[in-house]
Amino acid sequence: MAAHLKKRVYEEFSKVVQQPQEEIATKKLRLTKPSKSAALHIDLCKATSPADALQYLLQFARKPVEAESVEGVVRILLEHYYKENDPSVRLKIASLLGLLSKTAGFSPDCIMDDAINILQNEKSHQVLAQLLDTLLAIGTKLPENQAVQMRLVDVACKHLTDTSHGVRNKCLQLLGNLGSLEKSVTKDAEGLAARDVQKIIGDYFSDQDPRVRTAAIKAMLQLHERGLKLHQTIYNQACKLLSDDYEQVRSAAVQLIWVVSQLYPESIVPIPSSNEEIRLVDDAFGKICHMVSDGSWVVRVQAAKLLVSYTLFNEQRLTLLPGKRTAHERAKELYSSGEFSSGRKWGDDAPKEEVDTGAVNLIESGACGAFVHGLEDEMYEVRIAAVEALCMLAQSSPSFAEKCLDFLVDMFNDEIEEVRLQSIHTMRKISNNITLREDQLDTVLAVLEDSSRDIREALHELLCCTNVSTKEGIHLALVELLKNLAKYPTDRDSIWKCLKFLGSRHPTLVLPLVPELLSTHPFFDTAEPDMDDPAYIAVLVLIFNAAKTCPTMPALFSDHTFRHYAYLRDSLSHLVPALRLPGRKLVSSAVSPNITPQEDPSQQFLQQSLERVYSLQHLDPQGAQELLEFTIRDLQRLGELQSELAGVADFSAAYLRCQLLLIKALQEKLWNVAAPLYLRQSDLASAAAKQIMEETYKMEFMYSGVENKQVVIIHHMRLQAKALQLIVTARTTRGVDPLFGMCEKFLQEVDFFQRCFIADLPHMQDSFVDKLLDLMPRLMTSKPAEVVKILQTMLRQSTFLHLPLPEQIHKASATIIEPAGESDNPLRFTSGLVVALDVDATLEHVQDPQSTVKVQVCQVLYPDGQAQMIHPKPADFRNPGPGRHRLITQVYLSHTAWTEPCQVEVRLLLAYNSNARIPKFSWIEGGEVSPQVETSIEGTIPFSKPVKVYIMPKPARR
Amino acid sequence: MPEIRVTPLGAGQDVGRSCILVSIAGKNVMLDCGMHMGFSDDVSPPDGRLTCAASSSHFHLDHCGALPYFSEMVGYDGPIYMTHPTQAICPILLEDYRKIAVDKKGEANFFTSQMIKDCMKKVVAVHLHQTVQVDDELEIKAYYAGHVLGAAMFQIKVGSESVVYTGDYNMTPDRHLGAAWIDKCRPNLLITESTYATTIRDSKRCRERDFLKKVHETVERGGKVLIPVFALGRAQELCILLETFWERMNLKVPIYFSTGLTEKANHYYKLFITWTNQKIRKTFVQRNMFEFKHIKAFDRAFCCPWAPSPSTSGGHVVFATPGMLHAGQSLQIFRKWAGNEKNMVIMPGYCVQGTVGHKILSGQRKLEMEGRQVLEVKMQVEYMSFSAHADAKGIMQLVGQAEPESVLLVHGEAKKMEFLKQKIEQEFRVDCYMPANGETVVLPTSPSIPGGISLGLLKREMAQGLLPEAKRPRLLHGTLIMKDSNFRLVSSEQALKELGLAEHQLRFTCRVHLHDTRKEQETAMRVYSHLKSILKDHCVQHLPDGSVTVESILIQAAAPSEDPATKVLLVSWTYQDEELGSYLTSLLKKGLPQAPS
Repeated sequence: MAAHLKKRVYEEFSKVVQQPQEEIATKKLRLTKPSKSAALHIDLCKATSPADALQYLLQFARKPVEAESVEGVVRILLEHYYKENDPSVRLKIASLLGLLSKTAGFSPDCIMDDAINILQNEKSHQVLAQLLDTLLAIGTKLPENQAVQMRLVDVACKHLTDTSHGVRNKCLQLLGNLGSLEKSVTKDAEGLAARDVQKIIGDYFSDQDPRVRTAAIKAMLQLHERGLKLHQTIYNQACKLLSDDYEQVRSAAVQLIWVVSQLYPESIVPIPSSNEEIRLVDDAFGKICHMVSDGSWVVRVQAAKLLVSYTLFNEQRLTLLPGKRTAHERAKELYSSGEFSSGRKWGDDAPKEEVDTGAVNLIESGACGAFVHGLEDEMYEVRIAAVEALCMLAQSSPSFAEKCLDFLVDMFNDEIEEVRLQSIHTMRKISNNITLREDQLDTVLAVLEDSSRDIREALHELLCCTNVSTKEGIHLALVELLKNLAKYPTDRDSIWKCLKFLGSRHPTLVLPLVPELLSTHPFFDTAEPDMDDPAYIAVLVLIFNAAKTCPTMPALFSDHTFRHYAYLRDSLSHLVPALRLPGRKLVSSAVSPNITPQEDPSQQFLQQSLERVYSLQHLDPQGAQELLEFTIRDLQRLGELQSELAGVADFSAAYLRCQLLLIKALQEKLWNVAAPLYLRQSDLASAAAKQIMEETYKMEFMYSGVENKQVVIIHHMRLQAKALQLIVTARTTRGVDPLFGMCEKFLQEVDFFQRCFIADLPHMQDSFVDKLLDLMPRLMTSKPAEVVKILQTMLRQSTFLHLPLPEQIHKASATIIEPAGESDNPLRFTSGLVVALDVDATLEHVQDPQSTVKVQVCQVLYPDGQAQMIHPKPADFRNPGPGRHRLITQVYLSHTAWTEPCQVEVRLLLAYNSNARIPKFSWIEGGEVSPQVETSIEGTIPFSKPVKVYIMPKPARR
Repeated sequence: MPEIRVTPLGAGQDVGRSCILVSIAGKNVMLDCGMHMGFSDDVSPPDGRLTCAASSSHFHLDHCGALPYFSEMVGYDGPIYMTHPTQAICPILLEDYRKIAVDKKGEANFFTSQMIKDCMKKVVAVHLHQTVQVDDELEIKAYYAGHVLGAAMFQIKVGSESVVYTGDYNMTPDRHLGAAWIDKCRPNLLITESTYATTIRDSKRCRERDFLKKVHETVERGGKVLIPVFALGRAQELCILLETFWERMNLKVPIYFSTGLTEKANHYYKLFITWTNQKIRKTFVQRNMFEFKHIKAFDRAFCCPWAPSPSTSGGHVVFATPGMLHAGQSLQIFRKWAGNEKNMVIMPGYCVQGTVGHKILSGQRKLEMEGRQVLEVKMQVEYMSFSAHADAKGIMQLVGQAEPESVLLVHGEAKKMEFLKQKIEQEFRVDCYMPANGETVVLPTSPSIPGGISLGLLKREMAQGLLPEAKRPRLLHGTLIMKDSNFRLVSSEQALKELGLAEHQLRFTCRVHLHDTRKEQETAMRVYSHLKSILKDHCVQHLPDGSVTVESILIQAAAPSEDPATKVLLVSWTYQDEELGSYLTSLLKKGLPQAPS
């Protein structure tokens, strides 16, 4: 029986690489392995024409090959290769060789000799190129083998003189990937002189074929990426390539120049046409700036993108090294020299006296103009890159931020929305350094009328953190925001929030505006404004937030303002702060915010309560249970009180709850009772197991910032739960048949656990899994009943593992803003047709919501219990800030007719798939990993409060 | 000596009518055929002698205005090349021009509508980057030039000689068009416009913002804004600008566009979406940007001096043609509004000297109009450079992109050209010319002439030596055959065969006197052994008749009768062995070494 089980287990393992029709019986399994190559051989021999052979090969390529049979297959392929006359078939074989040598667990050095051998006799250029590609695959598979690398480099050098560009390309690629500068020390490499790879590649910078030139530059960049230090002489060569005729060459050359300038920033290069010398980094900067006005937009984008990282680096250095003339300064001098007119006024473009013909070099030193050029470029891709570059530079240098403000503000009027959005975001990032002038504010505020919601919201975010210099500015901003509110009422929340920050940042500027804003009159009482008017609330939000730090302000309020304050403080507490009002008690917040985490008593409390649990092992079960209950309660309470510790507290509490459940389950009497009697009680244990599973999934997927350390522990807990489940089932079910499956599955899980977390196993001394793995060989051969018995004892003996706390952990949460669920008017639509429901939600601390690993799912629950899942499109997610996401999507509802309106529930779910951690099997050509694995959802966790929507599908009228 | 000759008939050191004659490798090409805005003098386009092709860069009248005259009245009968949008829009403008000239000014001897139609029949439309073979040798290729819809730069190429004519172009993209672009075609000559030779304009966005702000402010005050534009080109850009602004600011003030021809032209703008910029191209599926919502057609009655003007009702914006305020509606409206200081005129482009536009921009406040009237200008005059010409930097950029061997400046003022010329010469180290009208620039060229080589000869050469290296010259013997203007390098045998000639042997003979008392045979023997010892790698033979051969060189010793002590060596070699032969003689002239005996 045990042997049978074992076989079944093996079969399960090999299933991954097995074709479905071949798993009929176990015996066949062993036979099919060698037959794989044999079948291929037969197929190839059968092939009468090259086209046939090609077909067979193509079919063959679609199926994976196990590591053990690779060699046999390779032999067959090679054999056929020698016989084949048709180059296309040889090409396919060559490419297959490359693919096969990539197979995991196969060491390709045995086919290298053959590959090199056939390379020498090959005449077709295409096949040659493919063979070199195969060699590249082999070479990259064996990175430590010096001799192989030397040999391959040698082969590449030999074929560099080939007349076909494809072959030369591949040779250069090979050199870039495998060539090294170090002289070989190993004995086996004797006779092969160490070559100066850089020089060889450098020679091909002047190849006649642009594709080869590009490949040479790419190879050089590859060398750099592999950590070889490039020679400085390459800089001059690369500079020449900047004026190449072909865009791909120029584009690569720009990259190379950037790389070299990072390597040798301080060396001095002469400026042509003058006696001056300049640092290489500045020279390269100037050159890249020049490329921003290149003829090809591909190059322009590349240059602008490099400028992003470049400027940052450059500016930092500049501040360290005063006294050197920078590219910026040189360019500025040029423009301020006034030789050219700006063309703004009529008639001022008459030629002036020449200033100094020697010094002015219009094109070469156009660094300053680079941004202007980039921002005015025809292609928006370039403009976006330029805005990014501006952003980076402005973040690093406040003085530059001040200067580039005008440019950025100009970009708010770009014709492409993406660019506008990007520049608004950029502005937000640098807004701490700057204060907006009134005219700039004017331009900025004008964008509030933009019809795009994203733009408006981005602008609100920007206004939240902008500094305004005058009270007129504040007034202007308020007026524009109110206009915005009137025009687009859906912006309400965003505008209120914006005004909250605007008020709290500028209390002194708001103060003189208060009488006007509240329209109070020194002598007369004015009418009380409508409390439900969003515009009035907006004004109050601004004033109350300003009043928080401006104690004189409440004196200006009229009676009804105080009443409104009390109302708003209750209803919109997140927007209205607590004020120190005369005659009212201030409810002060308990903790002053400026305590460092170490001294923070709540942090200490958390630590202590967690440490307390460490002693769990030494307590009797009853005590342990109590301790856990206490601690969980404490943690929960702490999480409620301290929002910044909520993540940690909840996370640990969840873990402890799992442990508590486990202990409780093991304490059950059922273990001692004879089998037939405990059917009733077993509910508790199996319920506990189920609950633990749920909790562990939540722990794994609902918290952001969970590291591998925690994942191990979580998985371990889940494994225990599964073991528990197995035991419970074993006890409650009669007969052994269903147990087989469960046992197998469990052992598989253990194996999976071992494979995934092999690195972490040493930390898990004495734990359940540790013991389990010790006994694994025995378990494999045991009967299910024995397995269960062993598991049971192990579960009881295993120690409690401490959960190390991650640095930053946050619980994912979601709030559905819209639909609000307050409406009494049902959404009417004709049955059978669809109605679109706008859903607007904010998600916090959700990792990559768009990606397929975790899909946010909207679930609609109909009153009849029918549920519908909706996957929002990736484009529906916006990312307004770190850790925050915004989901704006439409849900399409449809149903058959109802007699009366009813409520449906809408909620957000977090989908997870714990198998996503399995390394993918990617031998199959084209990288087409079977899609159903990729998108499958193992389960979902609801993580938002459900919102009820009143709907009414009407019967269709005839 | 082959040469390229360029004669500007118009636009030489002058902004205005463009017309440039280029003769390249015996082909004469006329580039643009324009008329002048400011003057109506009698300088007419040239007659059609020798011209192979005429190409028009874009539809502005100063670039194509005289085409019907040239083709129908002068009698040019060759093809005319234009891009598709130009071909479509050009006749509308010509017709309009004709109407103004004939109906309003009453000019006689002007081309008729029929002539315009006939002229347009001769037009060959070209696509961008399409190489058009005009005849066997001459080819024309168009590049995108920005400026106005359908504007193109033309490359004219004969063999390896080429000229690029830019027409008017713009290197910064605007609201409706992209930037000019050219590949690295390395022409012999680049003829570029230089309207803004001394200007480097600052950011376009500033200008746009200023423009919008000024318009907005004036309109809010209740003033009227006059924007004189050319019917097509800038007008569309400004329309798009104002239209989007109006939409965004939700303004209700009316905008009028004054001429009827705009509607027709707008139709073409909607049609030729591929010629516009990235934004319009990408969004036209949702909404074609040229379908204006806020801009309405102008009622002609508004501008009649006696009509009750709508101005009483408040501000509005009017686009009116022509752009330089020299005639037509814009001038009429200007006269009507000039007296009110609330109003504003915005000149969005360049004004030629002599036009009203130029006068008011240079600050004149009192204008003399026809009929001795004096018009006092109280309205605000603003200049906004929206002209879509490349600025100095743009020109330099284009020169940098095309990498020409020399540059020729046209379509600009002489003084400014001078300045730019210096800059270009400094920066790119190329020759730069700026001829005046009627002046001819002669540019010697060294065209490369392709020649064929026979495979046999090449293979024979290859067999002799190593593979040819790219950087090292190699000597090769062969015969160059020039036949029907193509060149072939063949081996001499083949050449003889082809030409049916018998081979002539050319032999050089030389006598070398040797002081030697011995017999001829012995001398020959000594010569033989001497040469044998020196020329180790040549085949030296002593023939039975007493003569010595080195390869194919024959040496005979003879004793002249008069002096037995000297021997004469006769050395004879063929032309092919000239090198070895002369070496041998010089060797023998040094004398033989003393015999050991």
